[in-house]
Amino acid sequence: MNIVNILEEIEKVDGEIYERLNPRRAAMKDFFNMSKKITLAAMPLAMGSLFQKAYGQTAPSSVTEVLNFALTLEYLEYHFYNHAVVAAPGLIPAGTPAVGAITTIRDHEKAHVDLLKGALGGAARPALAYTDFDFTAKGTFPDVYTNYQTFLAVAQAFEDTGVRAYKGQAGVLKGNAVLTTALQIHSVEARHAAHIRFMRSGGPNGGGAAIKPWISLGANGGANDTGIPQVDPVYAGEDLDVQTGVTITGIANGVTKAKAVESFDEPLSSAQVLTIAGLFLK
Amino acid sequence: MKNLQEQNTQEAQSVFTAQLQRRSFLQYAGAGAAGIALMAAGCKKRDRGIPEYEGVTLDFKDDFGVLNYAYALEQLEAAFYIQVASAPPSDFTAAQKAYFQDIQFHEIAHREYFKKALSTAAIGSLEVDFSSIDFTSKTSVLGAAMAFEDLGVAAYNGAGVRLKDTNYLLAAGKIVSVEARHASYIRDLVSYGSFADLTTLTALGANNAGGLDAALTPDKVLPIAGKYVKTKINVINL
Repeated sequence: MNIVNILEEIEKVDGEIYERLNPRRAAMKDFFNMSKKITLAAMPLAMGSLFQKAYGQTAPSSVTEVLNFALTLEYLEYHFYNHAVVAAPGLIPAGTPAVGAITTIRDHEKAHVDLLKGALGGAARPALAYTDFDFTAKGTFPDVYTNYQTFLAVAQAFEDTGVRAYKGQAGVLKGNAVLTTALQIHSVEARHAAHIRFMRSGGPNGGGAAIKPWISLGANGGANDTGIPQVDPVYAGEDLDVQTGVTITGIANGVTKAKAVESFDEPLSSAQVLTIAGLFLK
Repeated sequence: MKNLQEQNTQEAQSVFTAQLQRRSFLQYAGAGAAGIALMAAGCKKRDRGIPEYEGVTLDFKDDFGVLNYAYALEQLEAAFYIQVASAPPSDFTAAQKAYFQDIQFHEIAHREYFKKALSTAAIGSLEVDFSSIDFTSKTSVLGAAMAFEDLGVAAYNGAGVRLKDTNYLLAAGKIVSVEARHASYIRDLVSYGSFADLTTLTALGANNAGGLDAALTPDKVLPIAGKYVKTKINVINL
């Protein structure tokens, strides 16, 4: 994990990131020293707390910031799928519906990149290329482009993250015409997420992973229902069952905690999303 | 006063039964706040022979109107899935039956959430009309389910911009992505791989070139949903 590169990426969007993190360089130095001592697995959480401090209440606050934040995610998704389609022979089983599905999703992500770039014009963040990403997440998913199931697992994490990320920015876009466009992207990502989940479960014939098109409760009541502990940060807080003060569990006969959790998708803060995206940025 | 009440009754005719052109619809919608006050008076005077103001009224003057609009759509969806889940088509697989049970509980949870969030401001229960759906036919059920889910996505996407309260906007956002997940799954049952075929959703406001899902304003959604509702739904301040 190269934190400096991630910070540089964020700096392109948020020029004051270092100031936000801590005006005193000593504190940053402390963080770097600490990071050497903790394991890779623990890093997402450590990063999360760092970014939480950095953004706190002042996460992307303008429409331009939100759109650039979204553009970063769309670049990530587009390059992830595009590489699978054009440069990973044998990954997606030839002659199956998966080829069409992944191509459709790739095309939508490209459309989102173009749309956001066009909307931002000169304010758009610098373009990101495939070579800017490491989809193995520094070795967490070493066979992402050779093992179809690993590829689908990472795809699912990206799509569910995308849904949560757009949702988390709704408040900033409230009442703005841009909100409708963002919602239209958001629900397309949710369609993708459900389809990737359905693919993982084996599609109409079944026989795959025990996973639903909607995000349910995980084993032992955890928030992550994917059975893949490496993607825990993607599902943090998905087990919420109280909405604007209304407890959903038990709101009617048959509405168990699992059904309550499935009924509402939760947002992620920009800091949480940047932490996840950062794992895949070189 | 009597004349005004009669005029109000005329103006407040259901958007479902009236074949309104856009222009006249907007005229009617502009009747606005005066309409609802008179409506209340009309109800009280029912015993004096003045016709009762029929059906439910969605008053879009504030967030409660938007939430009631969502509540109406969720009532419709919940009623549909309750019927499917209680007696699924005989050729549904075990997995399909299980997932339709799930969806049923999601829609019930949404319906009850809005009812509680709205509290005393909630509209009454809608009477549904599913006479156009053959509940013994998988094709008919899946077709109706797809229509409900795609319309639901379009409705939430198109109404979000009207919400003024951030928490309600977020709650609507939490629900719409679940509706989109339903739509994706049901579309995959109808035709595997059609989960996000935006080219088939242009009538609902989707834009395939931009990778954008359906989005429709309430005045477009209600006439489509009206096919399945017996209760008159009156709309003001839209």
